[in-house]
This record gives sequence, structure tokens and C-alpha cells, in this order.
Amino acid sequence: MSQEHQVAEEHAEAEVHTGHPTPLTYFKVAITLSVLTALEFGLFYLEWLSYGIIPVMGFLSAAKFLLVAMFYMHLRYDNVGISIFGRDVPIFSLMFVAGLIVAAGVVFALMALFAFFTGGA
Amino acid sequence: MAQATAHHGEHEPTTTGLNHRKMLMWAFLGSDCMFFGTLIATYLVYKNRSITGPLPEDVFSIPVTTVSTFVLLMSSMSMVLAYAALTRNSMKTFRIWLASTCILGATFVGFQVYEFTTFANYEHKVYCADVGVKELTPLKQQLAEKCGTEDEHNGVVEEVVGLTPRTNLFGSTFYTLTGFHGAHVTLGIVWLLSLFFLSFKKGMVTPEKNLDLDLAPLYWHFVDIVWIVIFTVVYLFGVFPGF
Repeated sequence: MSQEHQVAEEHAEAEVHTGHPTPLTYFKVAITLSVLTALEFGLFYLEWLSYGIIPVMGFLSAAKFLLVAMFYMHLRYDNVGISIFGRDVPIFSLMFVAGLIVAAGVVFALMALFAFFTGGA
Repeated sequence: MAQATAHHGEHEPTTTGLNHRKMLMWAFLGSDCMFFGTLIATYLVYKNRSITGPLPEDVFSIPVTTVSTFVLLMSSMSMVLAYAALTRNSMKTFRIWLASTCILGATFVGFQVYEFTTFANYEHKVYCADVGVKELTPLKQQLAEKCGTEDEHNGVVEEVVGLTPRTNLFGSTFYTLTGFHGAHVTLGIVWLLSLFFLSFKKGMVTPEKNLDLDLAPLYWHFVDIVWIVIFTVVYLFGVFPGF
């Protein structure tokens, strides 16, 4: 077994043992977040993308959101389960995602109510 | 029926087997999602309905906001590193990272204060040579009408047209949304500072009693992810008139 492989396995073991990522993982996530932010900034000035930039930015923003929620808020390691009708559901993830879904519903409902999508008054 | 199953020593002597303070924090974060959701929706709904300028494309400075976004993202990293140091019982490292988080958070708030002040006293410039050549925003078109009059100096028309919460619908919704976010960050800094000072008192902040240091980072990262959405939806999409 190579030394690199062994180090990677030790990190994975440390994560399983503590239920939280290692400082190295936190650092890698921070680098990724910085790169994604720089990418957003760079893409913003590409005028030929025009309105095509909106889904690209949306995707990059969602990726950053997920990285923070999963690794920094530890939802990826959420193992405190609640059994609902025989199925184990991670309770903290459930509470947060439920809030997010309702929030997204409120946003789209308000936008539809005020004719945002049709451009009307 | 619902039944809690906790692992990794998280079993608590409560009716659910889960820590109620942590449950409450997650419930609060879920509800805060809805709070910011309505503020973002209100901003979007009113975005293109301002009768007078300034509009987002007149005042936003994307490079400045990108730097402040980067600062807030880095504060999240220092926050998790503080938490990791505490779990390793390394109090000195913990305090260094926690203080770094407070400083980065305060820097972000400083950026916001700078931004608000700049917007409120924004001096708009129109180069008369650009009229008819470059695409101008409605506010700049209005200023361009002064080209060729006594208001033009050296081929430039300048006028302070500040953006305040009372200026137009964009100003009202923008300041409400970003102001509430700034208030959340400020509250987070106060919370983290209190933990920093409590850590000097023996037995107040320890690896065994680290729940407070579990809840404060959750709040801090939540504030961070809300900003990720605001940065994209309000600032980056903000300059597209049709969005």
C-alpha cells in the first residue's frame, strides 16, 4: 500500500471516528469555495455569455451552498437518526432541508403572485 | 411512529434522545431560511419596479462585494478550525481561530458599512462623448440630458444621486435584506466574542462542554450560506435589467 493511500485512509478513519471532518478537509473545502467565488467573478465579466450566465451562476452558488452545509455545518456527517415509519432519517438535515423547501416555495409563490415570471404588474 | 436513534455518544437524557438545544437551533435555522426567503422574494418582485434611479447597475461594485464574500467564506473556515482545535483540547489554537473569525466577521461588516455609505453618497458621472455610443442606464440617460448645458464641465456631467431606503423600491428592499443579514453577522460576532472571553474562565468552554461551540458555528455558517445566495441573486443577477 502506498504512503499517500495510507494517509488518505487515516483521514477517512479520523472522520468516521469523530463524526466530523479533519482540518485538512476543512482547508480543501475553503480552497474550493475560494476558487468557485473567483470563477463567479471571472465569468461575470464575460459579456458574450449574456443571460446564459444566470444558470451558470446559479449552479456555482448552489455548489458553494452545498459545500458549506455539508462540510462546515456537518450535515454530511449527520448520523443522529429519527425513525419515521421504519426508515432512518437524519433529523438535523431533515429540519434544515424542510425549512429550505418551504422557503423556496415561499419565494416562488411570491414571485408568481406578483407576476415576476410574466413581467406583468 | 417517530423514534430517535443517536450515535457517536450523542444520546441525551431527553424524551427524544436528542439534545433539545441543538434541535432548537436547527428549527431556528429552518425558520430563518423562510425569513430570508421572503426578503429575497420581496427584493426580486420589486427589483424592476423602481420609478427613479439609482438602480443596481448604477451603484453595485462587484469587485468590492467579491472581496467581502471571500472574507466571509474564510471566516467560516476559521470557525470550523476553532471548533476542531477545541475538540483536540488545544485552547490556545482555539482562541486564535475564534479571534480570527471575529476579525473576519467585523471586516465583512466594515465592507457593508463602506458599501452603504458609498451608495448613500454616490456620485454619478456621465462622459458626454459616450452619449449615443455606449449603452447608458436610465439614470445616466437622465444626467446625459444636461450635456451641453452649464452643468457640463470638461465634457463630464456629475451629480450626487444617493441610494437610501427611501429613494425607491430597490433601495427599500435592498437595505432591508442586506441590513438584516448584517445584523445577523453582528449578532454572531457578539456571540463568538462572548465565547472567546468565557474561554479564559476555567471550566466554561471545554471539549467536554462544547455544545455552545457547536451551536455558534452552526449559526455562523448559516449566515455565510445566506450571503452566498444574496451575493448571487442580489449582486451578480442584479445588473441584468430583465432579471
